[in-house]
Amino acid sequence: MQTKKKTNFNTWLMQIFLGGNAIIMLYPIFMMAMSGFKTNGEIFGKPFSLPANPNFDNFLVIWNTTNVPRYLLNSTIVTGFSVVLLLTMGTMAAYALARYKFRGNIMIYLFFLSGLMLPLRLAIIPLFIQLKYLGLIDSLLGLICIYTAMSLPATVFILTGFLKTLPSELEDSARMDGASEARIMVQIMMPLISPALVIAGIYTAVPIWNDFFFPLIFIQSPEWKTLAQGLTSFFGEYSINYGVLYAGLTLAALPVVTVFIIQSKRFIAGMTAGAIK
Amino acid sequence: MSLDADIDLIYQKSLRKRKNMRRLWLAFLLLPPILMLLTFVFLPMASAVLYSVYDWKGLVRGEFIGLGNYYDVLFKPRESWFLFNALKNNVVVFISLMIVQNGLALALALLLARKPTGYRFYQVVIFLPVILSTVIIGFQWKLFLNPIFGLVNKFLRMVDLDMWALPWLGLPETALGSMILVNTWHWVGFPTLVFLAAIHRIPKDLIEAARLDGANEWRIARDIIWPLMAPAVTIIVVLTFIGSFNWFEIPFIMGSLEGSPAYSTDTLGLLFYRTAFGSVSAGGSNFGAGSALAVLIFIFIFTFSIIVTKYLTSREIEMG
Repeated sequence: MQTKKKTNFNTWLMQIFLGGNAIIMLYPIFMMAMSGFKTNGEIFGKPFSLPANPNFDNFLVIWNTTNVPRYLLNSTIVTGFSVVLLLTMGTMAAYALARYKFRGNIMIYLFFLSGLMLPLRLAIIPLFIQLKYLGLIDSLLGLICIYTAMSLPATVFILTGFLKTLPSELEDSARMDGASEARIMVQIMMPLISPALVIAGIYTAVPIWNDFFFPLIFIQSPEWKTLAQGLTSFFGEYSINYGVLYAGLTLAALPVVTVFIIQSKRFIAGMTAGAIK
Repeated sequence: MSLDADIDLIYQKSLRKRKNMRRLWLAFLLLPPILMLLTFVFLPMASAVLYSVYDWKGLVRGEFIGLGNYYDVLFKPRESWFLFNALKNNVVVFISLMIVQNGLALALALLLARKPTGYRFYQVVIFLPVILSTVIIGFQWKLFLNPIFGLVNKFLRMVDLDMWALPWLGLPETALGSMILVNTWHWVGFPTLVFLAAIHRIPKDLIEAARLDGANEWRIARDIIWPLMAPAVTIIVVLTFIGSFNWFEIPFIMGSLEGSPAYSTDTLGLLFYRTAFGSVSAGGSNFGAGSALAVLIFIFIFTFSIIVTKYLTSREIEMG
């Protein structure tokens, strides 16, 4: 009887701790979204109350008079192309490394792995000069190249590990039937690795979408700025209109949050993929 | 006999053809990603070392000056003050995050591992800020921490704690601490779920057996779960270390490029950016000194990561 009481007490304590933590995590995000629907007066006067007259005015200001929609488009383009390119190249390399025995296999694998340890941010100066030389400064293509290359080691690492676990029977029987290597890869093996592609895709896409450092240095004109970077200029322009600022942050957070809520399990698995053996 | 030889020859030929095809196929698969990585990662990394031993005039490389740039960033009084001030702040960030962020993460993971009611919900909520850009988080909390209009001080005044309603980001004593707490709020979900995954991988019967033997929850956590989750701890310590010494976005957005107020939130990342691309305090852009600083930071992070990994792996126990 006494142990049961104690267990009950512990359960309550645990729920209070976890629930309190959940409130601390959610409340600021909730307040950010709420404030986006308020006027400046309300934000100063009744900061904690719900919007008195909820409307989309602040959001319309952003949509109609700022570059934020353009930033959103740029981020979508950069993230989309980078992820497609790096998953394609990552699959190519991982497939060769995981499914074929050849001289130098381990060396090439280690070459990719060593890329995991190089913090590319510290090579920003040579990268700047190199991109200038290639005419890729102030261009989305420049960003796509950097992100693709930077994320390749992790992608190859995740995909090679997965591809190695696939049995070789399917592959062998297709080979007996005279299927070409390319056909075996694309039609037989590729469908089997789609779960790993999703993991690798999320693992790389989220940091690319959220990145601020590389655009800060490589992109200057407003028309090519990405969302995270563009927010800083947006904050400079609207620094006194708090409702619009909150609405801008909410709008910027919306795409990732939406996808996360729909696909939370895959998101968590994807983003922690590099840290869990 | 000659027919046999012919067949053999044809067979050999087709074998060679297949071998060449295979070689071509592998080259097609491997060359594009290798070239990509060489061009945009390895080449710039190697160039950084080369750049650091030259004198630079803007974008133009001047003459070879050996370790001159290294001497400048390490020993010139002004530069050296900046370097060690930033380094000190990075160390403070690392230690604080280890205690506050990862300590909280461990507590949350241990609780979540017992699968309480609302287990899925708690997991999703705790991970929600992790997916958001540091820029959003930084600006959001900068608005919340605004001395007059910010929600934090409004709340403190509401509960009659007016004396605590400080300009948190404006005082050298509180700015770095506030930013560390914001970083904790942003990232705590990551170590939590990595720890949680590690705890889930510990065989259930091991914990059940200990419980049957009358061990309390604290002893189970200390003597069974903690040693068996060592690999996850190693990874989180190393990632926290790398993250702390690359700390850039939060102080840049919530403070400034100059680590304001009064360089109390300056970090190696900000210093590197200022040195390389120029700023009020650093003057014009200096690619030589910037590259030297980059190489030093890289060596520092790399060496420490190796040492920490070596030390922590030595206490890991292989499971079954």
